[in-house]
Amino acid sequence: MTAAEQITPLIEAKGLHTYYGESHILHGVDLTLMPGETLSLLGRNGMGKTTTLKSILGFVPPREGEVRIKGESTVRRRPWQLIRQGIGYVPEGRGIFPGISVREHLIMAARPNERGESPWTLERVLDTFPRLGQRINHDGSFLSGGEQQMLSIGRALTLNPDLMILDEATEGLAPLIRDEIWKIIHEIKASGIATIIVDKNIDNLLEVAEKHILLVKGEVVYSGGAQGLKDDPTILETHLGVA
Amino acid sequence: MLHRYPKRVSIIMLVLTALVALFPLWGPALFGARSDFVLEQLTLMLILALFAMSLDLLVGVVGLVSLGHALFFGLGAYTLALASPDFSPASLWWMLPLVMLVSAVVALVVGFLVIRTKGIFFIMTTLAFGQMLYYLVSTSPYTGGTDGVFIMFRPSVAVGDTLLLDMDNPLTFFYFCLGTLIVGYVFLRWLTRSYYGQVLDGIHDNEHRMEALGYATASYKLIAFVIAGVMAAIAGMLAAMQYGFANPAQLGWHTSGEVLMMVILGGMGTIFGPILGAFAFEILLHTYEHLTTHWPILMGITIILAVLILPKGIAGLIIAPPGRDALMKSPLLRWFNRRGQAGSAAVKSSKPAAKSSKPAAQSKEG
Repeated sequence: MTAAEQITPLIEAKGLHTYYGESHILHGVDLTLMPGETLSLLGRNGMGKTTTLKSILGFVPPREGEVRIKGESTVRRRPWQLIRQGIGYVPEGRGIFPGISVREHLIMAARPNERGESPWTLERVLDTFPRLGQRINHDGSFLSGGEQQMLSIGRALTLNPDLMILDEATEGLAPLIRDEIWKIIHEIKASGIATIIVDKNIDNLLEVAEKHILLVKGEVVYSGGAQGLKDDPTILETHLGVA
Repeated sequence: MLHRYPKRVSIIMLVLTALVALFPLWGPALFGARSDFVLEQLTLMLILALFAMSLDLLVGVVGLVSLGHALFFGLGAYTLALASPDFSPASLWWMLPLVMLVSAVVALVVGFLVIRTKGIFFIMTTLAFGQMLYYLVSTSPYTGGTDGVFIMFRPSVAVGDTLLLDMDNPLTFFYFCLGTLIVGYVFLRWLTRSYYGQVLDGIHDNEHRMEALGYATASYKLIAFVIAGVMAAIAGMLAAMQYGFANPAQLGWHTSGEVLMMVILGGMGTIFGPILGAFAFEILLHTYEHLTTHWPILMGITIILAVLILPKGIAGLIIAPPGRDALMKSPLLRWFNRRGQAGSAAVKSSKPAAKSSKPAAQSKEG
């Protein structure tokens, strides 16, 4: 590939070593995401999926290795600065603020992207999540788990991101609601937004993501397309216990 | 927490304000010759209320527990004392902006450093900065060492040559402090309900989440730290005017601890709670001081009981008067209950009596 053809990756992480105090969590994780791509992070609990996301976003800065977002180094940058480069982060646990309404949640963080565009207007978010429209004036804490998750995703979309990071977005939800969330993830993908997804539903991940990274004890044991995982089912069997 | 309170909060606060404001009318009748002394104490309580309220912005609203807030209280006092001329009153028109400016600059520097820490580390670093200034002023010859600095004349409030407010008149000074407290209260109420205040609430709830939404949380916290510092310095300046001197004790950890107790006693994060807390704390203090020389023991027990019985402080009691169910959940009452049940089945007769006690109305607004 010549320099002219080269597109700057959205995220480029090289050799991340991250620690929580003295415990060494990530052992040299590499990750590259191009604009518009969908990437899944696979692995059992405690293998470093969330830590990888937190390292990329600067919440737990890596001790070694480097992260570049849109080509810019993230060293000594605060998470909010990285977020403003065009990332919508939906962390585990939804994070709905009690006492403020659905509408207020969708207004509180809304901001045009770096190019000054705001494709994700309140109306568009409400079109995407009709359930939120029905509950627009309800207190955020009175919503069901699925609705809270939708609100959390909808709120991240109001930042008009180029990249959405979804950490366990379907965890603990009823199957029907889960399907709805997966449908929305497909819609987000179709709109051209790149996505990093951490989830336990392998089938859905294989369907939506082009790229997969499998983490075991903080190390990448598989990185590549879905075909590789389908061709060699022992990988998933060994490391996730699924066929 | 949206800082919207039931109507009775405003009513109670207005009644109490009126009661305090009208003290010159009913005070002499109740206290007789001691009325002047009581007025002085009331003035001090108003000043401490302003001080406690400023700390509440940090502790209750943002969730930053500072054990060095007296730094700014003392800084306000010393700024006034050192800047006042020896043989004539200073002008408050100059002193107030000077105190605000000095405290804002110091708060900006200290805040810039301490805001990076969280939890216990925030407590320790604020304590450290407080103690640094404490030792600086108590050893420096320029600040009079442990004797402090005396203020010979209270600053004057004049326009041209006409004296607007005679601060040496205790009654005028009392109303001046009351006015400052009311202005401070209205300001903080407005602030906590503004957009900025809502972000502070968000940071209190979950700082990571606010950062994940693109908010520069550190700047928001730093601004809160500066606002709280400036308000505390104004309170310190008023205290120095009241006492007539600035003393190292005003900025020691002891003062920081006391004001923290006022905030906890009054109810954190409510802004009006710490005002009540300051009054309650001072009234308790005077009561206990008259009872015994070992009053700190009584004070300590009271604070512990208050935290056990009223975890949300006096303000919590007003915002949501506890129902019977809530009362029964209090650890202390549970302990009493268990003791009672274990103690005897013979006192069964007391049970129906307890049941008949009227359950307080459960508030919907809480």
